[in-house]
Amino acid sequence: MANYSTNEFKSGLKVMLDGDPCSIIDNEFVKPGKGQAFNRVKYRNLKTGRVGEKTFKSGDSVESADVIDLDMEYLYTDGEFFHFMMTDGSFEQHAADAKAVGDTTKWLKEQDVYTVTLYNGTPLSVSPPNFVELEIVETDPGVRGDTAQGGSKPARLSTDAVVSVPLFIEQGEVIRVDTRTSEYVSRVKS
Amino acid sequence: MNSDTSDWKPAVSREMLLKRQQFFAGIRHFFEARGVLEVDTPILSEITATDPFLDSYEVLNPSYDSALYLLTSPEHAMKRMLAAGSGPIFQITKAFRRDERGRRHNPEFSMLEWYQPGFSLQDLQLEVTDLIEFLGYQGGAESMSYREAFIGAIGLNPFVDEPSGKGAEELQLLVMASECSSMPSSDLDLESALDILMTHKVEPWLKSRGAVFVYDYPAAQAALARIETDQHGNSVARRFELYIQGIEIANAYDELVDAQEQRRRFVDDNNRRAALGKAEIPIDERLLAALEEMPASAGIALGLDRLLMVLSGCHTLQEVVPFPAGRV
Repeated sequence: MANYSTNEFKSGLKVMLDGDPCSIIDNEFVKPGKGQAFNRVKYRNLKTGRVGEKTFKSGDSVESADVIDLDMEYLYTDGEFFHFMMTDGSFEQHAADAKAVGDTTKWLKEQDVYTVTLYNGTPLSVSPPNFVELEIVETDPGVRGDTAQGGSKPARLSTDAVVSVPLFIEQGEVIRVDTRTSEYVSRVKS
Repeated sequence: MNSDTSDWKPAVSREMLLKRQQFFAGIRHFFEARGVLEVDTPILSEITATDPFLDSYEVLNPSYDSALYLLTSPEHAMKRMLAAGSGPIFQITKAFRRDERGRRHNPEFSMLEWYQPGFSLQDLQLEVTDLIEFLGYQGGAESMSYREAFIGAIGLNPFVDEPSGKGAEELQLLVMASECSSMPSSDLDLESALDILMTHKVEPWLKSRGAVFVYDYPAAQAALARIETDQHGNSVARRFELYIQGIEIANAYDELVDAQEQRRRFVDDNNRRAALGKAEIPIDERLLAALEEMPASAGIALGLDRLLMVLSGCHTLQEVVPFPAGRV
């Protein structure tokens, strides 16, 4: 496995820290006037999602992590695993367990494309696109002529996610949702 | 090599180019008015800094036996001028430091270095304050010892062997350095712990305090400064650093003019370099010969890109340097 020197640190670099694959978020080179230089690194542990900070002596090196982000189409779940397929034409499939999919289950729609992070060839995490379009399967009846006013109501989507929508939105409509904030963005005209 | 050429343009606007020009012109005007002579010395040299934590770029030099280095500062040549009777001198030059790259570091940078024979460090602090105010800095300057800065920032006195017994335990410093760096304390010694605490704790604490002169460093961090005993009985290096908003801007010495002591430090530096697996640097015999004649002086090196950054309200060097690393 390759090693990276602190001189090669930059955001997005995947390295092994304390035995876990991590992604560097920020790297700051610091040095007192006279004395040793250090790299202060902020990183995300890709297994736990936790953000941490760690300092390295400049010039030290760390092992790279065999981590790769790939675009994959969601196929189906068999109850235990979630099955994804590469979009590069290889039809190669990968099965992610519930832990890897995590909260992304609430945005999973068949045939949509997700980013699957593989660690040593196995799905480590699945992240949704920033926006998804999903159908409302349950909400209170819409209030006509109320498009300008504020006010909102809960709506359950086809994936079982619940988001707040404006009062005029009807059951059966397809809406666009920002997955980063779980917020309603707009109606999708069918 | 980056094949993407979409970044061919300078990183800064024409407005910043004009600001740089006015800034450099202002510095020259300031020193001319004070009778300080502008000089220029080589940036390519057979001998470079011995500081174990400073790495010079080595330049291929196949026609000669010896290597050449891009200098980390013009210090040695300027001291030889002083020894030959130049009187007060300044220079604006490029300096190079290998592998120093980040928001506040660029491996090639503009440096202002000047020397005032007969000046004390207090005299020099006043002159630095005058200069930065002349260049537009507002907010005044304060002075505090390294000891006071540590006590203020982390509540620990960094002089562990202080005769009064008020120094912190070495272990306390190691544990705190280990905590804020996530480095095991077994990997740290007192010196690296102090460097970590300076960069991780003290500098952030200085951020809110405007311009601060930090003086009287532990003797182990003396570099080319004289060592004396302070009022607490600690052996201290007579040097100061100027911080503005927690960013190190300049480094000054009450210059060591004792050739024998200087030779010992060069040898000691080379021993430490060897222990770190770094190449030894030839000893600058011409500088040692010159020190015999050099008048007592205060000297200072100031990072011009950083000062311009701070004066312009910018937070990264990439906002003030036309072609920062990555675009050259």
